[in-house]
Amino acid sequence: MNSVVYDTLRKKAGGPNFLLFITVVMFFFMYIIGVAIYGSRGFGNVQTLMNMLIDNAGLIIAASGMTLVLITGGIDISVGSLVGLVCMMLASMMELSGVSTSVAITVVLVFGIVFGFVQGWLVSYLKLQPFIVTLAGMFFCRGLTAIISVEQIAIKANETFLALAHKNIYLPFGATMNKRGILLYPFIHPSVLIALAALAVVWYICKYTRFGRSLYAVGGNETSALLMGINVRRTKLFAYILNGFLGSLAGFVFCLNTTSGFVEQARGFEMEAISSAVIGGTLLTGGVGNVIGTFFGVLIKATIETYIRSDGTLSSWWNKIVLSALLCFFIVLQSVFASLKQKKKQ
Amino acid sequence: MNPTTIDYKRVMERVTKGHLFLPVFALALVLLVNLIQTPTFFKISIENGVLYGYTVDIINRASELVILAVGMTLVVASSSGADISVGAVSALAAAVCVRLLGSSYETYAVPLFASVIFCLLTGLVCGSFNGFLVAKMKIQPMVATLILFTAGRGIAQLVSAREINGTMVSGQILYVRMDSFRDIGGFLPGVVVPTPVFIAAGVVLLVHLVLRKTAFGLYVKTVGINSKAGRLVGINSSRIIFLTYALCGLMAGVAGLIASSRIYSSDANNIGLNMELDAILAVALGGNSLGGGKFSLSGSVIGAITIQALTTSLYAMGITADQIPVYKAVVVVLIVSMQSDEFKRWMTVLRAKGSMEKAVTQ
Repeated sequence: MNSVVYDTLRKKAGGPNFLLFITVVMFFFMYIIGVAIYGSRGFGNVQTLMNMLIDNAGLIIAASGMTLVLITGGIDISVGSLVGLVCMMLASMMELSGVSTSVAITVVLVFGIVFGFVQGWLVSYLKLQPFIVTLAGMFFCRGLTAIISVEQIAIKANETFLALAHKNIYLPFGATMNKRGILLYPFIHPSVLIALAALAVVWYICKYTRFGRSLYAVGGNETSALLMGINVRRTKLFAYILNGFLGSLAGFVFCLNTTSGFVEQARGFEMEAISSAVIGGTLLTGGVGNVIGTFFGVLIKATIETYIRSDGTLSSWWNKIVLSALLCFFIVLQSVFASLKQKKKQ
Repeated sequence: MNPTTIDYKRVMERVTKGHLFLPVFALALVLLVNLIQTPTFFKISIENGVLYGYTVDIINRASELVILAVGMTLVVASSSGADISVGAVSALAAAVCVRLLGSSYETYAVPLFASVIFCLLTGLVCGSFNGFLVAKMKIQPMVATLILFTAGRGIAQLVSAREINGTMVSGQILYVRMDSFRDIGGFLPGVVVPTPVFIAAGVVLLVHLVLRKTAFGLYVKTVGINSKAGRLVGINSSRIIFLTYALCGLMAGVAGLIASSRIYSSDANNIGLNMELDAILAVALGGNSLGGGKFSLSGSVIGAITIQALTTSLYAMGITADQIPVYKAVVVVLIVSMQSDEFKRWMTVLRAKGSMEKAVTQ
């Protein structure tokens, strides 16, 4: 009996889902610890969990796109700047030029697709290193944001946008009693619905479409994918285009939360997206990944943030430091697993 | 046949094939544009006992970039990936140095010499961390350095703590009030040339000597071109890669020291900001392939000076610091595209088509 458990564990440890398993366990572990320490400050409330989703709706979308790119064996570090640029574009269009909400959103999404296309073309057709291309893309977007405006622009006049940003959708469960004895139902914003929908679509694409299977094949081994008759270049290009689209959608959702645009917005966001995906079990060498894991990666990041906020004495830099340390831990773990697997083969 | 006619075509071919042609050409182009815009561009005068002029300013400001580019060249050559943490590491090293010095008007809390050593050590430790991840754990260079790229500034914020009302508050901008610290990024008494120029020249000379007089340069090339072959002839490739990253971190420490001395303070958010792109750009502009292998130190140095000249001229055109990355990003993409094998293949195919059409029409 005991050996059966041991055997399954050992088999699982070699499988791609093991990292996902670690992530899920880790999230629940961290959440329970949080409830134990900060439960008196409302850590265990359903609303706290919903706030995690509201605050990280943009990140969920961007990290899903990042997962697609990582599966092909690429990387995108321009996504933070793209989000910042999208916020600035939205803010300047709606606030300064008086463009209607729907037109502004369309322009932004089309821009994301074009941006993704250019990066994808450079990566897949010119065979440039994804890192260099997207590093340049990162600086390009950040600089473009500054060209649009170096001042902060707050969205105040556009009522449709503000209504969309602040609409509370109440959930029928998990109510808490406040001090006056009034039942408060937890709520989410429309941004969460957009994020979950995007997550579901990406999950479906990865799991059930031909394109999704090509992604894994290309990331696993480009040469054999080519021999199998997969159009490697086009698959990579589409991954980047989709990522660009999701990046700009993330920017829109991010803007719903901040309702403003300024130059320094979303700095370091790309790192959060990458670490969410990596913590969620996506291999940086490509071929392995799952957006469900990415979602839990985002939740882990959100839990760390909530720790810091609940504690009140920790400075916000700890967020970046802890997240980087986690990323480091998971990357090293992946590397160890990879070398173990290689030894097993030999 | 007239023997005195020079075969211009062959001379041109030989000149353009040289590995320093692109960097020198780019530098000349930038300087020419500047000369047209500002006729007094090359004027150098002595004011207040120090050299003064556009060119001096460019060479002075380029010092940090030259130092970073030297480290980056080695990293790119050995591991065919870049170190994107250099900016953050220099901010961290600067924060350590300034924190140790303290902000008293009379004395340093820790002797200047010792804090400089600690500053460089910080860089070295960060570089070794990157090197460990890349060389021993076999993680892609840019992903490994991504960790310090974001964590570095966070740690620098934590280090930059100052006592306010009895408690240590981090995330402050710390100042150094003593004059001798300013000499590192300014001028030594009685010397007309800015100190950073000496430091940069010293670093370049030192690394050059190490590469030339020892087998290290050859090893780096071997590992970069084919690490497996390197291993077969008995080179410990992971140690070489580790060393290049450690060196790159050390260089970032030196750059951080100069940068903090220039503003006699440590600013965790802004020291070395966007420097990683500039350093990579310098390496690419220097004619080095970003795919690793052969490298040219002199090319990277010229590349770094070119970029500073470009930055200074963009400032002169009234473009703000926030907007400059747009132009640099476009330049990076163009250079890297032109270097790519795929692009070269297209060009040869186009050329072949052209000559074939010519043959057909004849």
